[in-house]
Amino acid sequence: MEITSIEPLLAVLVSLICAFLVVLSRKRRDIRESWTILASVVQFLIIVSMVPTVLEGDTISFEVISILPGIPLKFRVDAFGLFFGVLASFLWILTSIYSIGYIRSLQEHSQTRYFASFAVSLSSTIGIAFSANLITLFIFYEMLTFSVYPLVIHKETLRARRAGVKYLVYILSGGVVLLLAIILAYSLAGTLDFSDRGFLALEQAPKEMLQILFVLFVVGFGVKSAIMPFHSWLPTAMVAPTPVSALLHAVAVVKAGIFGIVRVIYFVFGLDLMSELGLGTPLAYFVSFTIIVASMFALTQDNLKMRLAYSTISQLSYIILGAALLTPSGLLGGVLHIAHHAFMKITLFFCAGAIYVVTHKEKVSEMNGIGKEMPLTMAAFSICAIGLIGIPPVAGFLSKWYLSLGSMEADKVFFVFVLLLSSLLNAAYFLPIIFNAFFKEPYGLGGRREAPSFILIPLIITAIVSIILCIAPEEFNPFFQMAELIWNSVV
Amino acid sequence: MLEDLILAKYNYWISAVLMLIGFYAMMSKKNFIKKIIGMNIFQTAIILFYISIADVKDGAAPILVDDVLVYVNPLPQVLMLTAIVVGVSTTAVALSLIMKIYQEYQTIEEDEVLEVR
Amino acid sequence: MIQHSPVLVVIIPLVTAFLIPLMGLLRKKYCIYLSVLSMLSIFVIAASIVTSLVSSGTIHYYLGGWEPPWGIEYVIDPLSSFMVILITFISLIIVVYSRRSVEKELPNNEVAFYTLFMLLITGLLGIVVTGDLFNLYVFLEIASLTAYALIAVGEKRDALVASFNYLIIGTIAACFILLGIGFLYMVTGSLNMADVSTRLPEAYGQYPKVVLAALAFFVVGLSIKVALFPLHLWLPNAYTHAPSTVSALLAALMTKVGAYVMIRIIFTVFGFSFITQITDIAPLMDILSIVGALAIIVGAVFAISQTDIKRMLAYSSVSQIGYIVLGIGLSNPIGLTGGILHILHHAFMKGCLFLAVGAIIYRTGIRDIFDFQGIGRKMPYTMLAFSIAALSMVGIPPLCGFFSKWFLVLGAIESKSWKVFFSLVILSSSLLNAGYFFRILERTWFGESPYSQRDEAPISMLLPTLTLAAGCILLGVLIFVSHPFIVSIVDTLF
Repeated sequence: MEITSIEPLLAVLVSLICAFLVVLSRKRRDIRESWTILASVVQFLIIVSMVPTVLEGDTISFEVISILPGIPLKFRVDAFGLFFGVLASFLWILTSIYSIGYIRSLQEHSQTRYFASFAVSLSSTIGIAFSANLITLFIFYEMLTFSVYPLVIHKETLRARRAGVKYLVYILSGGVVLLLAIILAYSLAGTLDFSDRGFLALEQAPKEMLQILFVLFVVGFGVKSAIMPFHSWLPTAMVAPTPVSALLHAVAVVKAGIFGIVRVIYFVFGLDLMSELGLGTPLAYFVSFTIIVASMFALTQDNLKMRLAYSTISQLSYIILGAALLTPSGLLGGVLHIAHHAFMKITLFFCAGAIYVVTHKEKVSEMNGIGKEMPLTMAAFSICAIGLIGIPPVAGFLSKWYLSLGSMEADKVFFVFVLLLSSLLNAAYFLPIIFNAFFKEPYGLGGRREAPSFILIPLIITAIVSIILCIAPEEFNPFFQMAELIWNSVV
Repeated sequence: MLEDLILAKYNYWISAVLMLIGFYAMMSKKNFIKKIIGMNIFQTAIILFYISIADVKDGAAPILVDDVLVYVNPLPQVLMLTAIVVGVSTTAVALSLIMKIYQEYQTIEEDEVLEVR
Repeated sequence: MIQHSPVLVVIIPLVTAFLIPLMGLLRKKYCIYLSVLSMLSIFVIAASIVTSLVSSGTIHYYLGGWEPPWGIEYVIDPLSSFMVILITFISLIIVVYSRRSVEKELPNNEVAFYTLFMLLITGLLGIVVTGDLFNLYVFLEIASLTAYALIAVGEKRDALVASFNYLIIGTIAACFILLGIGFLYMVTGSLNMADVSTRLPEAYGQYPKVVLAALAFFVVGLSIKVALFPLHLWLPNAYTHAPSTVSALLAALMTKVGAYVMIRIIFTVFGFSFITQITDIAPLMDILSIVGALAIIVGAVFAISQTDIKRMLAYSSVSQIGYIVLGIGLSNPIGLTGGILHILHHAFMKGCLFLAVGAIIYRTGIRDIFDFQGIGRKMPYTMLAFSIAALSMVGIPPLCGFFSKWFLVLGAIESKSWKVFFSLVILSSSLLNAGYFFRILERTWFGESPYSQRDEAPISMLLPTLTLAAGCILLGVLIFVSHPFIVSIVDTLF
C-alpha cells in the first residue's frame, strides 16, 4: 500500500534549513553547532518514525511538483530507501558531535562553510535515499557532488585544491554518463519511476541496447562508488578533514553511488530482465577485480587514511557483488554490508582522526605503541578492523556470511574464493596495525592521552553498534528486517 | 545556348560580377576605406539586381496614367529606396569609425592597426 | 488596445529614442528614467500580449490598414510573443543596471548611449513582430547599426577595430539576407512571410534553383548574424571590448534574435515539410546539426584557453549558440523544444554572467581570471549570482541550463538516426563548460583573499544581476510552467 505523507520531504528539508540557520548564526559558534545537532536529531526522528510503516510492507510517498510531464519530483520511501536513510541520518548525529570536537581541537578555519556544506550534503543523501524516480535521484546526486566539493578542498592548500579538481573531473564525468543513461532510459520506457519489478522491459528495445544502457548506468554510478578503474578520486579526496572522510567517503557519497547501482539493478531493470540479459554475473566478475586489487593497493599504503580509503574501495565492491549475484542471500548480504561497512569504516576513520588530533600522526609506521597511549580508541579500532576482516562477533562477519551464501545459491563458488582471498588481504593490512599499536614500544612519552570526549564518545558508540548488529537477534534488528524486505518486494 | 545563359540574363551577370568585386574588396583589401568602397559596390550591385527584376518588357514608369496598361513593378524600387538609406547609414557609421580609428592609431591600414595592438 | 500592441512595442522605444535627446537638453540625468519608463511600458504590453494570445490566438496587425500581401503585416504568434516578452524583460533589467555602469564607462555620453540603446531595442522588437521579409531586413539593419555604434564606444581603442570588423561582416550578412529576400520575391512575387510560404511549393516546382539559392543565402547570412562557428570571428572581439552593459545586451539578446530569425525562415517561410522534401539535394538540417555540434565543442575549447573573462564568456556564447542551432538541426519537436528553451535559458544565464562581470569591472577593474582570487569575499552577492549562472551553464539540476540540455539530449536520442551521437557531444560539452567555469568559482570562493572588506556593487547593479540569477533558478524549478508554452510554440512550427 502506498501512503501519502509529507515526512520524506520534511526529512530532506530539515538539514537544508539547518544549513541556512548555520550561515545565519555564523557569528555565534555555540548556537551554530547546536543547530547542527538539533537538525540531525530531528531528521533522525522523522526518518525513524517511518520505520514501523515500512516494516509492515507499505511505502510512503510524496509528490512535490511535476517537473515535466510524466517526470515528477517525488519521494517514495521503501525498505531499501529507508534502510539507507536511517543509516545516514543516524551517523550524521554522531559525526556532528565528532566534527565539533575535531574542528574545535584543530581550530580549523571556515567552520561555518564546513557545517553548512555538511548539512546540505546530508540533505542530498536523504534525498537520494527517498527518491521515487531517477530524475529526483539525479538532482540530489548532483547536489551531493557540489555540496561535498567545499568539504574536499576545505584545507585550501594546493594539494587540497588539486584534489578538488580531480574529484570534480571524476564525479562530474560520472554524472554526465549517468544523465545520458537516464535520458536513454526515459526515451525507451517513457517513465523514470522506480518500480519493484523494474520499469524497463525486453520489448522496449533490442537486447544490446539495454545492455549498453546498463553499462552506462554502472559507469555513471560506478564513479561515485569508486569501482576500479574509476576509483582514483577517492584516495585523493582523503586530503579532506577526517570527519568528512568518515561520513562522506565511507557513508554518504560512495554509498550514494552504491545505492544507485542497486536501485538500477532491482528497480530499473528488475530481477527478471537482469537474468534475461545475463548482466549479473559479468558485473560480479568486474567488481571482483576491484575487491582483490584494491585490497592489494591498501597493503602498500603507509598513510592510515589512504589505507582506509583503499579498504573502502574494496569493501564497496562487496556490496555490488552481493547485488549482482541476483540471489536472496546475496542481496541481503550486500545491503547489510552497506550498514555494517558504514559503522565499521566510520569508526576506523574516527579513530584515525582521533589519533591525528592527539598526536598529529598520520602514518601507520609512526603508530607503534599507540594502543598504550590511546587504549579506548585503539580498542574500537581493533574491533572494527576485525569486523572488516570478517571475524565474528563483529558485523562484518554477518554480511560476509550472507555474501558467501549468496554465491553458493548462485552456483558461483568462485566468488566465495574471492571473498576469502580478500579477507586474507584485509587481515594482512589491518592486523599489523593492531599488533604494532599494542605490542610495540611507543616512540614518545607513552602516557595515556585520549582524545576529547566529543571525539571519543561517537567512535565508541559506532564500535559498539558494530558488535550489536552482529549479535542482536534478527527480530530486534531493524536493519536486518528492512534488508530482508527488499528481496521480498523485488520478486 | 550562349544566348540563353549569358545574353538573356545579362542583368544578373552584371550584378553578380559587381557583387563579387565588392565582396572581394571587403574581404581582401587591407585599407579600411577600400573595404568601405567594396561594401558600397556590393550594396549597389544588390540594388541593381532588385531594380532589374522589377523591369517589365515595354513597361512604363509606374505612374497611373489613362492610356498605359503595362507598368514596371514599383515595389522593388520602393524597397531599394529603403535599402539605399540603409546603405548610406552603414557607410556613415563605417566612415565615422574609420575617422576614430585614424585618430587613435594614426593609420587606416588593417595590418598596421593589428601590429600596434 | 491589444490589437495595436504589435505596433506599440516597436513605436514606443522608437519614439523614446527621439525623445531622449530632447530630454537630454533639459537634464541629462532624466534620460535613464525615460528609458526605464519606456521599457517598463513595453514590458507591460508584452505581458498583456502573452495573456491575450492564450485566449484569442495569433494577433495580426495591418500597418496603415493595408491588407497583406500588399501592406506590411505585423504578426504575433506564440514564437513572436515568446521573443517579445524575453526581449522586453531582459532589456528592462539591463537598462536598470546600466545607470551606474554607463555613468562610469561613458561619462557625459548618456544621451547618445540611451538613444542608441532604445533604437537597438526597437530593432530587436521589430524583427520579432514583423511578418514581412523586407521589413525584417530593415529592422535587422537598425539593430545591427546601433550595435556597431554601441560596441565602438567601449573603453579601449580596440573596440573601434572590433566594431569595424563586425560592421564589415555584419553588412555582408545583411546583404546575403537581402539577396535571399530578393530571390524569394522573384519567384513568389510577395514579401509577406505567410504568403511566401503558401506560394513557395509552386514556385519551387517552377524555379527550384532560385528557391534553393534563396535558402542558402538566408542560412549563411543568418549564420553570420548568430555567430555560428566558423562564422563567429567577429563575436569575441565585439563582446570583449564593448561596454559591459552592451556586452550583456548583445550576448543575451542579439544572437538570440538571430536564432529566432533562423527558426522563422526555416520553419515558417520555407516550412519544415519543404526542408524535409529537399533534404536529398540540400541536407540543411544535417549540416546545421553538424556545424552546431562543432560550434559547441570548438567554442568551449576556445573558452577554456582564455584568460580575459569577457572573452571567455564570448567564446562560451559561441558554444551555446551551437546548442540552439543543434536544436534546430535535430529536426524533431523535442530537439527544437530544447533549442527554443535554450534561447530563453541562455539569455538569462549569459545576461547574468555579463552583468556580474560588469559589476566586478565597475568596482575593481579586474578582467583577468587569475585576479579573481578571493573576490567572493569582496563582492559575495555579485559572485553568488555569477556562480548560480555558471552552474546553470554547466547544467546542474535543478537550474535552468539542465533542462535545455535534457531536451536536446532527448531530442538527439529520439531522432533515432546517426544524430544520436550528438547526445555525447552535448553531454561532454557540459564537462568542458565545467572546466572553464570552475577555474573561476574555485578562485572566487576558496583560498586566501586579498580583500578584507566587503565592497559590493551599487544596489542598482546588484539587484538586476540577482534578478537574472533568481531567474536561472526559477526557470529551472518552474520548468513545468514554461515547458507547455514552448511545446505550443513548437507545435505551430512543425
